[in-house]
Amino acid sequence: MENGLTLDTLKPLARAEITHVDWSVLAPDEAKRLRALGIDEGARIAIAHRGIFIGKDPIALIVGRMTVAVRRNHARAMSVKLV
Amino acid sequence: MTRLRTAALVGNPNAGKSALFNALTGARQKIANYPGVTVERKAGRMFLPSGEPVELIDLPGSYSLDSASPDEEVTRQVVQGEFPGEAVPDVLVVVIDAANLEQHLVFAQELIALGRPTVVALNMVDLAERDGLAIDADALSAALGVPVVSTVAVRKRGLDALTEAMGTAEGQDMSKRHEVAGQTLTERRLAARNMAKGAVLSESSRHRLHAHLDKVLLHPWLGPPILFALLFVIFQAVFAWATPFADALDGAITALIGVVEGVMSDSVVRDFITEGVLTGVGSVVVFLPQIIILFAFILVMEQSGYMARAAFIMDRLMAYVGLSGRSFIPLLSSFACAIPGIMATRAIADPKDRLTTILIAPLMTCSARLPVYAVIIAAFIPATTVGPGIGLQGLVLFALYVAGIIGAMAAALVLRRTVAKGGASGFIMELPRYQFPPVRDLAIGLWQRAWVFLRRAGTIIFMATIALWVLLSFPKAEPGESQIDASIAGQVADGLHVVLAPIGFNREISLAIVPAMAAREVAVSALATTYAVEGADEEEEAQGLIPRLQTGWSLPTALAFLAWFVFAPQCISTIAVAKRETNGWKWPAFMLAYLFGAAYVFAGLTYWSAVALGL
Repeated sequence: MENGLTLDTLKPLARAEITHVDWSVLAPDEAKRLRALGIDEGARIAIAHRGIFIGKDPIALIVGRMTVAVRRNHARAMSVKLV
Repeated sequence: MTRLRTAALVGNPNAGKSALFNALTGARQKIANYPGVTVERKAGRMFLPSGEPVELIDLPGSYSLDSASPDEEVTRQVVQGEFPGEAVPDVLVVVIDAANLEQHLVFAQELIALGRPTVVALNMVDLAERDGLAIDADALSAALGVPVVSTVAVRKRGLDALTEAMGTAEGQDMSKRHEVAGQTLTERRLAARNMAKGAVLSESSRHRLHAHLDKVLLHPWLGPPILFALLFVIFQAVFAWATPFADALDGAITALIGVVEGVMSDSVVRDFITEGVLTGVGSVVVFLPQIIILFAFILVMEQSGYMARAAFIMDRLMAYVGLSGRSFIPLLSSFACAIPGIMATRAIADPKDRLTTILIAPLMTCSARLPVYAVIIAAFIPATTVGPGIGLQGLVLFALYVAGIIGAMAAALVLRRTVAKGGASGFIMELPRYQFPPVRDLAIGLWQRAWVFLRRAGTIIFMATIALWVLLSFPKAEPGESQIDASIAGQVADGLHVVLAPIGFNREISLAIVPAMAAREVAVSALATTYAVEGADEEEEAQGLIPRLQTGWSLPTALAFLAWFVFAPQCISTIAVAKRETNGWKWPAFMLAYLFGAAYVFAGLTYWSAVALGL
């Protein structure tokens, strides 16, 4: 499963599935919030927009019918596969 | 007599709860705080079809009963009957967004599983239709085991059916419920997905409006200039649009003073009414139009969904000073008033982030500074244009706002490296769909803000003005002596003036900033009262405050006074709310010390530079 592809490296509008989340690098309340928003293992996601300035941070994700902003370091904790 | 029954609106953020609350209760609302915490408690009166009144409360939006913020904790405690002093609601009205069932049904299941009488409001069905979704409410009702009513809160659609379902909710059959609710988050999410699939009759792949808007508004190069242009327009509008209304109010107050002077004979009582009450309170009330315009922009940004985009755009900039886009919303609210701003920091999960945001919130230019800035700008900055549609006065006002922002960012940078040191903060935020701000919700929001302002003018500012008038008017001056010199207030100001003279403050300013500790805008009424009392004769008294300032103050003094108010934490209410939010006096004391220090230094620098430049 681990092919080294993480969510932060995904191209805009490419569809992907989250295969693994390294919860240990996320603060407990942040992990809780991400899960509550449906950003969890098995979720289908795509990147809608990237922020401005250096680092293209934050990232706007499409999850189901929602758009959710996350930081790039959150996205880096998520392994994905293209679908 | 039976007690008043209660119902609670509960659901995900952005489910349209507030719009539904406004539609059900109209203007019959009471806003207070939950005891011990600063989470807002919004309650209102509604009526069931039987005519029975019900108290409806609007609970903070939550994603789950497993709370991740203080807001969510209040919701959890209230619905589970654990909140001290708050009866468990007799009926839960679970509000879900028809266009986002997969997400909103997750929390709905958790709430339904509590086993309380429950009604589901399938809200914003019109927006779902706009997005090409048709939903079968009956299928959803069968799947959830509770009544489901389609509503469009902003158009008052479905409200009769909803109140009817609320009226009969207490006779619900609870037996079907356990089968439908998942036990764990994963199970609930799976069940939500299946239920959503079963309830959606048709779904066209129509392009959604918000995707198009976001393409422009979140564009890496277009988004930020659009946001900054909008902020610039807001500050220009605050000045330009409000002027005719402010002039009309000012004229009305002057006319009222004339009437009182015509009717009453010359006496202490008449002076008290004209110099104290009307001049003092009136000088603050004239700023109501500006405050309404500013709040109108903020409310439209919030209700349209743009505010979250602004937070998204600002996140990276905020990250440079150790904060996140989350802090942008409390800080922008602080432009209206630091109190709701500091309260809004409850949505920030990281404690160090939150503390920093609380400490810098008073640097945002709140509406109470507007009267102070407006009067000084009107007196000292010529009303010329420096470009098409750009007035110099508006530009100076904009510069003052920018000065506050830069001050706040610098303070955040220092605080995050010293007293509020901690790991980098995160930013996780739902970007809600765009919608046209409902006029009624806007009107109710504006009315509530205007009322709070007028109540302050009628209480805190009224009392401070009266106290100052008394201190200024007694003891009475001997013939040949000025009234100010003789008064108690004059003596106090003389003492303070020793400290403030080096930064260019005259005695009138020293006098005005003492009562302005109650609230910043009191500085204006205090100056107005001071000059009114000081007026040697009727003719001088009849002059407005602005001509008095123009003749009495030098430009460097006026600029130093503006610089002082960029920083000075002159607001008892802000200090009180900071104490409550940080659980003690340590941080409010720190806030007072660093902000007064900055005010003194920057007022001084402004004064000395202006004098050196020969202004």
